[in-house]
Amino acid sequence: MDTVTTFDPDILIEEQGYDDHFHDHHHGDKYQSNFITHYVFSQDHKIIAKQFLITGMFWAIIGAGMSIIFRLQLGFPEESLAWLQPLLGKWIAINEAGIGTLDPQFYYALVTMHGTILVFFVLTAGLSGTFSNLLIPLQIGARDMASPLLNMLSYWFFFLAGVVMFSSLFLSTGPFSGGWTAYPPLSILPQASSGSAAGMTLWTVSLILFVVSVLLGGINYITTVLNLRTKGMTMWRMPLTIWAFFVTAIIGLLSFPVLASAFFLVIFDRELGTSFFLSDIYIGGEALDRVGGSPVLYQHLFWFLGHPEVYIIILPAMGLVSEVLSVHARKPIFGYKAMVYSILAIAFLSFIVWAHHMFMSGVNPFISNIFVIFTLIIAVPSAVKVFNWITTLYGGNIRFTSAMLFAIGFVSMFISGGLTGIFLGNSAIDIQMHDTYFVVAHFHIVMGIAAFFGMFAGIYNWFPKMYGRFMNETLGKIHFWGTFIGAYAIFWPMHYIGMAGVPRRYYSFETFDAFSHFDATNKFITVAAIVVFGLQLLFVVNFFYSIWKGKRMTTRNPWGATTLEWTTPIDTGHGNWPGKIPVVHRWAYDYGKDGREFYPQILPVSEDESETH
Amino acid sequence: MDVAVSNQQTRNKIHPHKFALWVACASITMMFMAWTSAYVVRQAAGNWLEFRLPNIFFINTALLLFSSVTLHASYIFFKREKESLYKGLLLVSFLLGITFLVLQYIGWQDLTNIGVELTGNPAGSFVYVFSGFHGLHICGGLAAIFVAIVHAFALKFKVTAKRKLRFELTLTIWHYLDFLWLYIITFIVLQS
Repeated sequence: MDTVTTFDPDILIEEQGYDDHFHDHHHGDKYQSNFITHYVFSQDHKIIAKQFLITGMFWAIIGAGMSIIFRLQLGFPEESLAWLQPLLGKWIAINEAGIGTLDPQFYYALVTMHGTILVFFVLTAGLSGTFSNLLIPLQIGARDMASPLLNMLSYWFFFLAGVVMFSSLFLSTGPFSGGWTAYPPLSILPQASSGSAAGMTLWTVSLILFVVSVLLGGINYITTVLNLRTKGMTMWRMPLTIWAFFVTAIIGLLSFPVLASAFFLVIFDRELGTSFFLSDIYIGGEALDRVGGSPVLYQHLFWFLGHPEVYIIILPAMGLVSEVLSVHARKPIFGYKAMVYSILAIAFLSFIVWAHHMFMSGVNPFISNIFVIFTLIIAVPSAVKVFNWITTLYGGNIRFTSAMLFAIGFVSMFISGGLTGIFLGNSAIDIQMHDTYFVVAHFHIVMGIAAFFGMFAGIYNWFPKMYGRFMNETLGKIHFWGTFIGAYAIFWPMHYIGMAGVPRRYYSFETFDAFSHFDATNKFITVAAIVVFGLQLLFVVNFFYSIWKGKRMTTRNPWGATTLEWTTPIDTGHGNWPGKIPVVHRWAYDYGKDGREFYPQILPVSEDESETH
Repeated sequence: MDVAVSNQQTRNKIHPHKFALWVACASITMMFMAWTSAYVVRQAAGNWLEFRLPNIFFINTALLLFSSVTLHASYIFFKREKESLYKGLLLVSFLLGITFLVLQYIGWQDLTNIGVELTGNPAGSFVYVFSGFHGLHICGGLAAIFVAIVHAFALKFKVTAKRKLRFELTLTIWHYLDFLWLYIITFIVLQS
């Protein structure tokens, strides 16, 4: 580590840095004065990042816990669930023999809530909210976000959305149960099912608050990246994390309003009696007088967000992984510009593939052809990224830290899940595959597990920046190997079940003789899911233990990274840099060049360097 | 929010808050684009009620455009330090905005009178959705003008960079909402 001692970042920033007179103003009091403004209604991006992360972890435990309950039903339908009654109350019915069974209606509610919570609250807010907030100002050399106030509001709208959703879990009619996609008519007619009553009302309110949160956050991320980069930080010198968060925010900003517009029309149909999405419906033999609407129209509006949403989830993970792979392989990321262009290509394509979620919804098969082609084209930029990650690893001086293991695991998951996407993207194969466990396996691996792996890589890597301490590496490695093997154990068998045609979301397969030989497989999946869930609790323990008791950070750049966040003091105060802000002289990936381990971005370019960006 | 101001650099010509506002306008535009696309798709499916938009909506369009002119004039007089004209036109713009909302409501009544109701054929429901949500955004714009009025009358008159920026933000919101309504009404006319 001789390179670390050859310069002192403080002296370098003082000599080379840019004086924005930030500390001339006296605003220490405004941000750090008391507990409420410092930890609760904080406007500091680093605190807001932690708020997003811990709230996301809370929701991840709830959402994953729900999946364990419905997996118990699927794996062990004949076993008594009476022991869950203290938790679930009337949703567990106990017969005379003392056998407790899960209420089918609540099973659907659990599946719906699992999807909603994981997609929106954990993998959108918890992932992009955490790391965009933490890393954008730190890595581009800004004091804070463009509007710290809107940033704070973004978190509190998310919090409010969570409160509303959480309270819907305790309704006597149960939370919404019509699937996380909330297709009409189930989402519109309160008489359709018990969850479609008050549960759905709270669901829409919660998600509209959530859209507001995403938009406030996104406006900030985009403006900050475009307007507040420090001197020398050109777009082509930004770390790939920033590119990913930036493009993610743009996608979110263009697609979430469309989701809101669909939800507003749903609210109109529910509460005001319009018929945007309702037509020709019979309830109990009685024809409903609401005619003229189209349920497929809702699906178009929903998936116009819905598909970009999966890239809103996966792009931040890709950005984090690119950075972690490069830092821990001690090599520049392979094909930096190709990585950026593929992020942009994925973002563009994400807007013109939405109907591949609707091949079986009655859309014109000729229109489906166009969507098949665009869908399969996404494989090209995705493959570019995968090859670049693998090439980055090739010949690298790899340090197998927990962060690095999760980053490599991400690449594995993304390949496995991505390949099955090629199957599902074909409208002809989709006739057999749609709504089966093959789909469940595909999207859980490619955007569920992969996104979580990206998030874990980010947490293990930037935990020292957040808390000044390290997470326990031994527990981290147990966490990785258990989750890696366990996640494949859960989802790999689902491919086979799905190919056999077993439909997703079903409460029970007792009446289907054709599927009876999958009982053992389902048991295996459930056991694997319980083990993996337990390992995540281990991670949570490690996380909170390390905040207070973890190994202290002694140097400010423990991973030997080039980026600006590691030039700030270990205990980073408001404004991030105590004096001037650093000026950037090179790109973020000068690793292993000219016999030096790495060149930080703040180091001026000397004349005898071989190649500079 | 000294952060944003103090971190500004000479090479960035546009103020971050102004840029953020433009980004916000883009997302509002996406919401209305989604509704108008839904309108086109639904219209193509048939069973579509044909009706003529009541005249009051067109008169109201002119009124809203005029309020943009008065607000812009107020901004110009602010920069030229004509205090009374600046304050007066600010008030006029606010009142025109309120009048716009009232006339939109009367427009809804006219629609109901010719048999186009909120709960009827989606052709009519869409008009209520467009004008209703645009109206809600107008309320937001009026709140911004209201804040500008409070500043105009409560603070000592002085042209500073900060107050100029505030006014420009208000002006951008109001012009944008004008443009949005123009898009909506042109869309409805062209589609029917």
